[in-house]
Amino acid sequence: MTNPFTLKSWSPYAVGIGIGILSWFAFATADKHLAITLQYEHIAAMAQMVLSPGTAATNRYYAVRAQAGLEPKIGWYLMLLLGVFIGALLSSCLSGDRSRITVPALWGWRFGDSTARRFAAAFAGGAVMVLGARIAGGCTSGHGISGTLQLAVQSWTFIVLAFVAAVGIAFLFGKEGRNHV
Amino acid sequence: MFEIESAGDLMLGLITGIVFGFLLQKGQVAKYQTILGQLLLKDWTTFKIMITAIVTGSVGVYFLVERGAASLDIWPFQPAAMLIGAMLFGAGLALLGYCPGTGMAGAGEGSRDAMVGVLGMITGAGVLVVAYNILEPLALALGDWGKLTVPVLLASSSWTIIAALGLVVAVMLALLARYEPRHSRAHAGGTSIS
Repeated sequence: MTNPFTLKSWSPYAVGIGIGILSWFAFATADKHLAITLQYEHIAAMAQMVLSPGTAATNRYYAVRAQAGLEPKIGWYLMLLLGVFIGALLSSCLSGDRSRITVPALWGWRFGDSTARRFAAAFAGGAVMVLGARIAGGCTSGHGISGTLQLAVQSWTFIVLAFVAAVGIAFLFGKEGRNHV
Repeated sequence: MFEIESAGDLMLGLITGIVFGFLLQKGQVAKYQTILGQLLLKDWTTFKIMITAIVTGSVGVYFLVERGAASLDIWPFQPAAMLIGAMLFGAGLALLGYCPGTGMAGAGEGSRDAMVGVLGMITGAGVLVVAYNILEPLALALGDWGKLTVPVLLASSSWTIIAALGLVVAVMLALLARYEPRHSRAHAGGTSIS
C-alpha cells in the first residue's frame, strides 16, 4: 500500500472532512476556530503599538477589538498561522510537490512572464483582499468555513458575494483562461 | 507589552495549524492554478473541499455547543461591512490567486508569488488598523444587527438548518460528480526561480 503522506494529492472530500473534523478539534480543545486574517491584523496592530504608540492611543481599533475579546496578542492564532506554513512545507516535502514558482503558467499566458509585474499584482491583490476580509471580519477560513459552519448570516452572505465578485473579475479579464486549466 | 497565551494554547494552535496546512497542501488548493480554475468555474476542487468541511464541521461544532463544551464565536451581521469587504476580497482574490490561508500554505509549498502575496496581506491588514477611525463608520453604515445566525433569522432549529444544508450539499456534490468540466493541472509549471 502506498503511504498516503507521500501522495501529491488527496480526494477533496477526504480533505474537506478532515478540515471539518479539525474544526471540532479547535473548538473542543481551545474553544477557537480556524481563522487566518485576524492574525495578520494583529501583527499589524502590534507593529503600530511598538512603532507609533501615539497614534495607537487615539485609534479606536484597540477599544473595539478589546470589547469583542479580540485584542492583539501572541497566542493560538499566531501559532495557527505558523503551523499552516509548516504543515504545507511538510506535506510538499514528503510528496516532492515543491514549487519555486514566480509566475504561474496561467498568469504568464494572460499577462506575460514578467516577474516584477506578477509580484506587484500579488502584493496589491493580497493587500486589497485582506483589507476587505478585515472590514467584513473574516476570510475564506474565518467566514468561508468557520463562520458558515456556525451558520452565521455575516459569513454566508460574505462568502457567496465574495465568490461572485471574484468569479466576475476572473471572467472579465481571463475568460479564455478556461482553456488553460 | 502584549499578552502571551499559555504554552499549552500555543502548542494546540501550532498542532491545529500544521494539520490545516498539511490538508490544504494535499487538497491542491495551495496552488494558483487550482484557485483560478475554481474562479473560472472549471476546476471545482476548492468548492468541494469547502462545502464538505462546512457540513462536517457544523454537525460536530453544534453538538459541542449544545453540550456546553464550546461556544459559538461569530461576527455580527454588519451589511455594509459585508458588502464592501466582499467586493474588495473578491477583487483581491482574483488578482492574487491565493486566499489568506492557502496563500500561507502556498508560501510553505515554496511558491514565491504566494510569499509576496502574504507580505501584501499583512500590509492590507495594516491599512485596516491605521485607518480604523475612518473605516468604522463606513463599515457600520447599514447598522450592526448583532450576532445573527441563519436558524435565528428563520426562526428554526439549528438541526433543521444543518439537515437542509446537508441535503443541498449532497445534491451539489452529485451534480458536480456528473457535470464538472474536464480539467488538468498539466500547465501548473509556470516560471520558476532557478
